[in-house]
Order: sequence, then C-alpha cells, then structure tokens
Amino acid sequence: MAHKRPDGRKSDELRKMSAKVGVVPNADGSAMFAFGDTIAIAAVYGPRLLHPQHMQDPSTGILRCNYDLLSFSVSDRKKPGPNRRAQEISKVTEWALLPVLELKEFPNTVIDVQIYIIQADAGTRTAGINAASLALAHAGIPMKDLVCSVAVGKQDKELVVDLSKEEEDFEEGEGATDFPIAKIANKDAYTLVQMDGKMSPDLMAEALALASKACEKVYEVQKKALKDEVEREAKE
Amino acid sequence: MTRQTEEKIEVVSEKSERKVVVPGEVIVVGDDYLPGEGARREGEKVVSSRFGLAEIVGRVIRVLSLFGTFIPRRGNVIIGRVTDVTFRGWVVDVDAAAAGFLALDECPRFINPDEMDRFLAIGDIVSAKIWNVKTKGCDLTLDGKGLGKLEGGFIFRIIPSRVPRVIGREGSMVGLIKEKTGCQITIGQNGWIWVKGNTTDAEIRARKAIEFVAEKVLVEGLTEKMEAWFEKNK
Repeated sequence: MAHKRPDGRKSDELRKMSAKVGVVPNADGSAMFAFGDTIAIAAVYGPRLLHPQHMQDPSTGILRCNYDLLSFSVSDRKKPGPNRRAQEISKVTEWALLPVLELKEFPNTVIDVQIYIIQADAGTRTAGINAASLALAHAGIPMKDLVCSVAVGKQDKELVVDLSKEEEDFEEGEGATDFPIAKIANKDAYTLVQMDGKMSPDLMAEALALASKACEKVYEVQKKALKDEVEREAKE
Repeated sequence: MTRQTEEKIEVVSEKSERKVVVPGEVIVVGDDYLPGEGARREGEKVVSSRFGLAEIVGRVIRVLSLFGTFIPRRGNVIIGRVTDVTFRGWVVDVDAAAAGFLALDECPRFINPDEMDRFLAIGDIVSAKIWNVKTKGCDLTLDGKGLGKLEGGFIFRIIPSRVPRVIGREGSMVGLIKEKTGCQITIGQNGWIWVKGNTTDAEIRARKAIEFVAEKVLVEGLTEKMEAWFEKNK
C-alpha cells in the first residue's frame, strides 16, 4: 500500500456507518443512513393516489424520488431548490431502487421518496440510496431485496472504498476517480453504476469486487437497523 | 399412524415460531414449506418479500407487515370521513391510496336523494364495510352489524398493521378494554379508532390502553399484560 489515506483507513475500509429506521414520525416509512460525516434522511409516503392524473399507470404503481442537498449541508451555502445535479441524482436513485420493488399490486398510485442530505462529505447519492432502501422496507412495501450502495474510488493508481470529500479532491498523479455503485443485496446484480474520472477496464473488475465486499458490510448495517426498530418497540 | 401423530406434534411446536425478517432474507430452507403472503420461493429457499414478522403456521409461511399504509381488502370494516356528497352516494376518505364510495343503494334504510346530507354530511365520520375493491377505489356498504354514522366521542389513528393485535383473538383484547373502561369502541382496519365513553377520562384511558397494545408487537401473553396495565393505571 503505497498510498496513505488522509483519515488513516485501509483501502477496503468504509467510514463508520450508522443507520436508524423510523426517524420521521409523519411518514409511512423513514430512515437515516450515515457514512462518517455524510448523513442522509429518507422519508417514504404512499402508496397514494398519483397527481397529476395523466401520470397514472393502470398497470402498475410508480416510484418518484426526490433528492435534495440541503443548503446548510455543505460548507459554502448551497442555493436551495432543485438543480441539474439534484435532478440527475433523483433519477438514478429511482432507477437504482425500482428493480427490487413490486409495485404491480398498487395500480394508479405513487410512492414518494424524499431524500434529504443534511450533512455532505462525499458519497451522498450512495448514502441516499441506502437510506431510501431502508425507508421503503420500513413502509412495508413489497420488495424482492434491499439495495446497498457504496462508492469505490481511485487515488492516482490505488483503489479505495468510500471516498471522503478530501479524497475526492485528490489531485496528484492521475487524480481521483469516483465510481458509485448500487447492488441488490443477495444477488450479483447492480442497479447503479456511474463513474466520474478514468479507470482502465481490468481495474474496473477489481473495483466491482471491492464494491461487492463493501456492500455486504452496508447490508449488515441496514439489516441491523431494521431489526432493532422492532426490538426497540418490543422492549419499551 | 405413528408417523402422523409425530408430525402433528411438530406442527404444534412450530406454531409459535416468529421472527423479524428483512426483504430478501431466507426464512427457511426446504421443499416442505409453502410461501404465503409476503413470501416467495427461490429454488430450495423460502425468501421474505417484505420487512415484518415471519410466521410459520404448519407448512405455510407468511410475513406480516408491521408498518406502512392501509391497503383495502374486501370484507374490511373501516372508519372514514365523508369528503363529498354526490348525486348517487358519498365519497369517503378511508386513509388509503384511493377513496371509498358509499352508494345510496348500500344504505339499510330509505334516504331521500334530495336530502342526502341529512343522513351523512361532509366531515361526518362513518364506519362501513368494503365489499368491493377496484383499481380506482373501493365500494363501501353500511349493511352489517354496528355500521353507520359515528356520533360523539373521538377518533384517533394507529398503524393499520397493528389492528389485529388490538382486536385480539376473537375480539378478546378490545373486549377487555371495553369492559375495563366502559367505553364504546369501534376499530377500523385502516387504523382509525373511534372511542366514546361516559367521561372524557374513560375515553382517554381507553385510548392509552389501545396505544399500549399497538406498541407491543413481539410480546406474548398480551392479555395478562393488559390486565396488569389496568391495575397500574386506575
């Protein structure tokens, strides 16, 4: 290991994760997921009647995601409201989650997922997908599986897992590459693969293997959060 | 013959088996089991399709949801709020994805179509039964015991999937609460509960008792716990 990470992590080590289910009392399902200093909150509403009516699909329910980086989540205040980046991330989050959902049972309806990043330190879309997956499960929506998401990155020529903002801004050698992926937990199937930077094809296979291993760790955290929610209720 | 008895004993011991599962989690492995609601088969394994309590009753495996919205089913008794009076019936908000419709013909007594809001006006609370579920809503009827407009008292809401717990086996739990507080209680499958008692204190006590039950999802022998609760909260 030639390269040393700024926070002293090993190359396959994720930031400290934490997850909690049931954080928004008024939502039908909700969850928080954090990778170190990146904190995402997701709230699920529905299935409920879809408006505008022309968007209704009589053959299936639809999923509508909204990702928002809140203005106070970054050090330079972000102008509030949707922008091009938020629109893109909302859309890819939707695509990342849709393959596991079984919405055929709810024709003409919509499931709204609101994802808010309350603190951003890189990897917000992956944290958002993890939180949304938990919140959908919490809302009792039929799902084939959970979705786990993590970013693999490259610092010069070294692969590392779960980049922080400091690592994302790395500029030496080949610079930094961000490679966020989402995986269906118990299947070898990926629902989100994006890349910002450059990576050779043979390194890609290695990166995917690293990501699958990291996803297993994310899955354990998600599973624990869901089970804890029921057990906490039982104890009270 | 002996084998049969053996199997029977096994079934009884399996009956209390419940565990919390997440979507995609393997519940049991084996060809003997039948996946029911919320479960599916994947080769040898029976896998959960939702987050909830997996229950193994005999050979059938079901996963009961613990959170989430109400999904209308035929035969459910619900409590709803009238949101519109149309020329042939009432539109009722049943707290589900689509609204319910109570047709004029489904009322047990004659109602003059010109004076429909004398019977049920906008904002009135009604308990009704779902007799048909369609893609764009459900049809309601007042034909049944204890159905109709609810007057006085108050309503509150619990998580819909906790309703069976509150009702208890053959209504034992709600029966106990009714007996201890002297309140009239109507429970809708959509999680709306109507309570009416002689005093406000009794009503609040009934509400607290119901909320206590709704919180306890994993506890066994809840009826005894409930009796202890009433002793403590006199």
